[in-house]
Amino acid sequence: MYSDKVMDHFSNPRNVGELEDADGVGEVGNASCGDIMKIFLKVEDNVIKDIKFKTFGCGAAIATSSMVTEMAIGKTLEAAMELTNAAVAEALDGLPPAKMHCSNLAADALHEAIKNYQEKQS
Amino acid sequence: MDHNATTPVRPEVLEALLPYYKEHFGNPSSVHWAGRAVAGAVETAREQVARLIDCSPAEIVFTGSGSEGDNFALKGTAEALRDKGNHIITTSVEHPAVLNTCKYLEKQGFEVTYLPVDRDGMLDLADLEGAITDRTILISVMWGNNETGNLFPIEEIGAIAAKYKVRFHTDAVQAVGKVVVDVKKAGVDLLVLSGHKIGAPKGIGAIYIKRGTRMNALIHGGHQERNRRAGTHNVAGIVGLGKACELAGAEMEEYAARARTLRDRLEEGILSRIPEVKLNGDPDPNNRLPNTLNVSFAYIEGESLLLNFDMKGIAASSGSACTSGSLEPSHVMGAMCVDVVLAHSSTRFSLGHETTEEDVDYVLEVLPPIVERLRAMSPLYNRKEPMTCEECQVIKKVH
Repeated sequence: MYSDKVMDHFSNPRNVGELEDADGVGEVGNASCGDIMKIFLKVEDNVIKDIKFKTFGCGAAIATSSMVTEMAIGKTLEAAMELTNAAVAEALDGLPPAKMHCSNLAADALHEAIKNYQEKQS
Repeated sequence: MDHNATTPVRPEVLEALLPYYKEHFGNPSSVHWAGRAVAGAVETAREQVARLIDCSPAEIVFTGSGSEGDNFALKGTAEALRDKGNHIITTSVEHPAVLNTCKYLEKQGFEVTYLPVDRDGMLDLADLEGAITDRTILISVMWGNNETGNLFPIEEIGAIAAKYKVRFHTDAVQAVGKVVVDVKKAGVDLLVLSGHKIGAPKGIGAIYIKRGTRMNALIHGGHQERNRRAGTHNVAGIVGLGKACELAGAEMEEYAARARTLRDRLEEGILSRIPEVKLNGDPDPNNRLPNTLNVSFAYIEGESLLLNFDMKGIAASSGSACTSGSLEPSHVMGAMCVDVVLAHSSTRFSLGHETTEEDVDYVLEVLPPIVERLRAMSPLYNRKEPMTCEECQVIKKVH
C-alpha cells in the first residue's frame, strides 16, 4: 500500500520533536479526520535553519511530515512557501489515492508556521 | 491477533474438502453417480452445521458469505412481510452487512430504528421494547460485536420478539464457534454464520431459517436449497464448513476457556503496563467474546500503530478512519460516544486457535515501546495548551 520511501520516513522519521523557542509554529488538521500536524521553525536571515514536527496521524501523515521537514530545511521562506502537498507526496514516490486528501497536509502545516513567523515579525 | 477478520483454514477442514475439487467434482443436482456421491456430502455438512446450532438440517441454507446471509435475512423478510408492516429495528453497532442493507431498505420505503448503545456498547432492552410498533416486521441484533466483542442478550431479545410476535434475526458471524449458539434456546428465527471465521474457507456461509418462516429468495435461478438460494453448490466449501462446525462443536468449551485465559492475560498486561489506555466494550469480560479485546491508546492514531505492529510481525486491526476506508472512525466507537481521538486509536486484538501464550507475551513486550515512540511524536501528548475551540467543536459535531 505504501511506497518504500513512505515506509522509510514512517519508521525513521526525520526531525521529530519540538523547538522550545521556535520562531514560528503551524498546526493543521483536526482530530475528527485523525490527522493533526504541528511544525516548529527556527529562522535566520530569512532561511529555515531548524525545523521539527509532531504529528498525530496515520503512516502517510507521519511520512509527509518527516519529508516536508527535510525538503524545507535550508530553504528561504519564499522557496519554502512554494513547496506543495503534491510535491511532498511526489518526493515520497506517491501516496495511496485515499491518503492524498486527508493525510497530505504537511506543506500546509509548514506554510502556517511560516505565516506565524511572519506575523510575529511584523 | 486478527482472527475476527479471518482465520486460516484448519488442516482437518482442508483435508476433508480437498477431494471435492478433484475426485468428487460432481454437481450435487445431477442424477447420475457423480452427482449422487456429492449430494450425500452436502447433506452430511448440512447436518454438521445444524448440530452446532441445534436446529434441523432442513432449516439450514448454504450461502456465499456472512454478508449474503444478512442481505437475505433482511431483504428476504422485508419483501415477504411487506403486507404486514414496514418497520425494522436494529442497532447502531451492527456489521455493515446489516447496517448498509438497512440503509438500502430505507430507500425502498422501509423505516428503520437504529437502537443506541451506552458507553460500554451495550443495549437497553427497554429501548428495544419501546421501539416495537404494530408495523414492526423484524428485529435484527448481532450476537457478538466484531469490534468490541460485546455479547448481546440474545435470549432476552428472543423473548421480547416472541412476546410481540416479531421476527428475530441475529448476525452470529462472530459468535459461532466462540460461545454456545443455540437457536431454540435463543428464540431466533434467522441466524447467519460465516465459514472463514471458524477455520473454513472464504466464500461459504449459512443461514438458519426457522421452519415456517416466509422468506423471499435473494438469488433466483435453479431449484437448489429448496428454491431458497439458487446457484450450483460450492461443494468443497460446504464440506469444509460442515467439518469446521463439527470441530467447533467438539472443541468449543476447551477453546473458549483457552482463548479467554490468553485474552485476559493480554488485557491485564496492556492495562497494567501502559498508562492512559481505555478499554472499549463491556468491562465484564464475561459479556464479551472470549477471544476479543479492544483498547484505545490515547494520543496515537490506529493505523500508525498497526504499521508498527506489522513491522514486528503482529497483525491487528483498528477503528481509525485510515483503516476503515472512510473519512470517519469506526461507527461502533461513534455509537459508544468514544472520544474521537480515542476512536481513531481503537485497536482490536482477536485471538484464535493457534494463538499461544508466547504470542501474547510477545505483544506485551513490543507494544509499550511502540506506544511510547508514537506518543512522543504526537502533538496531543503532554500538550501544554488546551485544545482549541475549533478542535472541540469538531469533536462535538462527530458525536
